[in-house]
Amino acid sequence: MMPPDDANSVSVFALVSSGRHPVSGRAGRAREDARAVEMGLMLAGSALKLAHAGDADDGALRDCLEAYLGMFHGLGDDRPGELSLLPMTTEDDAVAALSEWLANSGARLVLTGQRAECGEGSAMLPYLLAERLGWSVVAGIAAIESVDAGSATLLQALPQGQRRRLDVRLPCLVAVDAVAPAPRQSAFGPARRGSINVVEGIETSPDTARRAWQTQPARARPRRLKVVKSGNARDRFKAAAAKSSASGGQVLSGLTPDQAAEKLIDYLRKEKILREEKTPSISEEASAADQ
Amino acid sequence: MLQTLLPILIFAALIVGAIGALRRVRLWRQGRRSPMVWRRILLIPKRYLNDLHHVVARDKAMAHTHVATAGGFVAAMALAVVVHGFGWRHPILGGLLLAASAAMFVGALAVNRRRVKPPEKLSRGPWQRLSKSLLAYSVGMFLISLPLVGIAPALFGGGVLAVLLIALVAWGVLEMIVGMGWGGPMKHAFAGSLHLAFHRRPERFDDRHPKSIRPSGHQFDQDASHDEHRGSRSTALFPLDLNAEKLGVEKPADFQWEQLLGFDACVQCGRCQAVCPAFAAGQPLNPKKLIQDMVVGMAGGTDSGYAGSGYPGIEVGKHHGASAEPIVPQLVEAETLWACTTCRACVEECPMMIEHVDAIVDMRRFITLERGETPEKGAAAIDNLIATDNPGGLDNASRLDWAADLEIPRIQDRPEGVDVLLWLGDGAFDMRNQRTLRALVKILRAGNVDFAVLGDEERDSGDVARRLGDEATFQRLAERNIATFSRYRFQRIVTADPHSFHVIGREYPAFGGEYVVKHHSTFIAELFDAGRLSVATSEQRETITYHDPCYLGRYNGEFAAPRQVLAALGLDVAEMERSGYRSRCCGGGGGAALSDVPGKARIPDMRMIDVRETGATTVAVACPQCTAMLEGVVEPRPQIKDLAELVADALIEQPTAADDIVSPADSEFFDEVPA
Ligand code: SF4
Ligand code: SF4
Repeated sequence: MMPPDDANSVSVFALVSSGRHPVSGRAGRAREDARAVEMGLMLAGSALKLAHAGDADDGALRDCLEAYLGMFHGLGDDRPGELSLLPMTTEDDAVAALSEWLANSGARLVLTGQRAECGEGSAMLPYLLAERLGWSVVAGIAAIESVDAGSATLLQALPQGQRRRLDVRLPCLVAVDAVAPAPRQSAFGPARRGSINVVEGIETSPDTARRAWQTQPARARPRRLKVVKSGNARDRFKAAAAKSSASGGQVLSGLTPDQAAEKLIDYLRKEKILREEKTPSISEEASAADQ
Repeated sequence: MLQTLLPILIFAALIVGAIGALRRVRLWRQGRRSPMVWRRILLIPKRYLNDLHHVVARDKAMAHTHVATAGGFVAAMALAVVVHGFGWRHPILGGLLLAASAAMFVGALAVNRRRVKPPEKLSRGPWQRLSKSLLAYSVGMFLISLPLVGIAPALFGGGVLAVLLIALVAWGVLEMIVGMGWGGPMKHAFAGSLHLAFHRRPERFDDRHPKSIRPSGHQFDQDASHDEHRGSRSTALFPLDLNAEKLGVEKPADFQWEQLLGFDACVQCGRCQAVCPAFAAGQPLNPKKLIQDMVVGMAGGTDSGYAGSGYPGIEVGKHHGASAEPIVPQLVEAETLWACTTCRACVEECPMMIEHVDAIVDMRRFITLERGETPEKGAAAIDNLIATDNPGGLDNASRLDWAADLEIPRIQDRPEGVDVLLWLGDGAFDMRNQRTLRALVKILRAGNVDFAVLGDEERDSGDVARRLGDEATFQRLAERNIATFSRYRFQRIVTADPHSFHVIGREYPAFGGEYVVKHHSTFIAELFDAGRLSVATSEQRETITYHDPCYLGRYNGEFAAPRQVLAALGLDVAEMERSGYRSRCCGGGGGAALSDVPGKARIPDMRMIDVRETGATTVAVACPQCTAMLEGVVEPRPQIKDLAELVADALIEQPTAADDIVSPADSEFFDEVPA
């Protein structure tokens, strides 16, 4: 598969992280990050650059980063993959390191999985990075339709298979959804040939926010079931199959940004996520509003 | 006239043939080099007469034909050089030359009879022509040599007849000598002889097995029983150097030069095609065509000159290759390589001792390790193996869930060691196979065997990863399993899975793991032999047949033990036509069940037809994969029972049990059982 011509002028990066296998807990490619790399390879071919901020001396991490490099095959040339490893300890803040480095990297389009599989896994990284860099950010992306020097056309995944076409200005951070095309196989040969370059001179700063946090093992919470009393099998099936998040939604269009913000704030107040008369601030809980 | 023309003809042919032969050698030398041991050329006659003929002689008529034709030709040619070439026209030599030509003529007649309506497996084209050329050479050489013994000397002085005779001999010599060097059908004699000398698996030959013709030895002596089946002397895949520049075979020149030489030895007899389960099922694989495609790739060109059966569903003549061009897909389609079950039936049958499976796995290695294009389900299985140590992506800790109520001892609790380490294999995750494993545990208990399992420390043996070409994952699994084994003490490993049996027993030694590994059929047969199992023979007379798993039979030569077990149960085995070393694969090996290349029929369905032909109501199996494949055939069909299930069903519980568990110290017991 050859990358489209227009992408050649845009430098494309993918941020990757160490995944955690749901059964064995072993490190490996993170599923969404692998999809981001796949998307990047389809777009930029072997010109795609990978980056990770983490512990450069961790052997398991290196194996897992090599697994991403193992995806550099079938691209029309034999150029091996390259990954920049920004060295930092697990105590440090990846956002600081990545944003500083990305700002000087010439990157125009940065892809990453929507949510990491270990660490905080808060799905906040793309937002925080974009905030610092002053870039656009889009989440839930299923495909990239086209890219030119100044903008990109993307498809955003919505519940129940719906898609929304977005035009975004570059530079842009793209958080790739789990419905994006499946990643190609990671092959041993290209993985071995790819290079991991430890970037020197990265200023790291400790993740102060996290210090204050307490962590505890997750508890599986019971999920509220909507019991449908209908005697009709079809209704019961539909109720069971329906994605609850999609119900009661409302599509607003043709509003000015101020009106739209007004509507959103009203909604958040109604859901008791915002208290009256308080300046809205984005918090992690807010992103959970759709659950 | 003849006396001037003949020497010119003979020497010209020899020179031109030699030039062609040198060019052929150059083609082989494009492959990866390995140290040359020239001395091996001396092995040719012995290996030809002994080992090659052992295979050829499976088709008696063809063997006799070949002896007459080839023997006659070699003698006639050698004598012709002396008599006609150097002009030493001694009547005795002349007589011998006549006899040799006559013998060749008789052989050539038989060749021609077979060629009147050649069976599908044979190639036509130049091979059809060869049969005529053999006649031309033998008749021409016979008649032209008659004057040597004083018969009809006046007749051939000159004229039309002499020209005709010279033309006949010239045709023959052109085919036989020039063609040998320049890639005609007779190439097989030249390439074949050298292939015998430089074969990559010298273990296959008797000169490496001086004791192979031994009087009846130990019944269960592994070497002795193996040697009865020469095909299983060398069946482990060659380890791949993971630090090599390129992994696996991308281009014909990436093969070892001995492999290229081997491909060139093919006589297009189609024996491999006739036994290939994938070919029979209409999948796009034909081992004979594959070998010919390798020849095309090595020499450069297209496959349009191929005059035999192609890959089912793929047109002949559309593919091309060159020694420095990628094989897949312009010369061979990837699905052809993925259709192979690695059943080794082709290798077993090949009279030229060509190693098809090695070549196929070499090419798969490149596709998987360098191209990352393993068929989807195969790639998923490999990812699972990397993440969870089993191909299903299941929690390795659940490997013993099926045995929760059996209280199977863990080897971790037995630091003093056990007699038998029971290797469960990935069948432990499969509900059907769990029944077999439960039966096996029951048998081991009935036989008072001191055994234990590794539990969640057991990992996949690496069989599937290796056959799918992922040597990296295989080697990682092998190293980890070997490290695990090294922590515990046991006398032998017993497993109900022939794939684990083969991989641990035959392929781990290359990685430093040497163990006594026994398939459960062998082990149960030993228990019977030692009188440690008592069974009630069934009153119901039922017809039963036995399906030989490829990795137990052809790969490891164990044909006897399963039949002994069935005999001990008082069952009469109605053998299928294709059984023993000719057993037809169930379709589940080599990752073929994962790559699942479409065909016209399913291999297990075809095997079930074989089963039905015996009238059997039960087919005994000895492999989890065979069980799964055959049980996948729609009912009604004969029932499928593992040997262990049959034995467990017939067991008579003995009251003595628990007290006299055999301790490791007594375990040499087995080795002293006389045959
Ligand atoms: S190993 Fe078996 S399936 Fe593969 S080519 Fe040979 S006969 Fe066919
Ligand atoms: S590969 Fe062997 S069995 Fe097959 S056609 Fe050639 S010589 Fe015959």
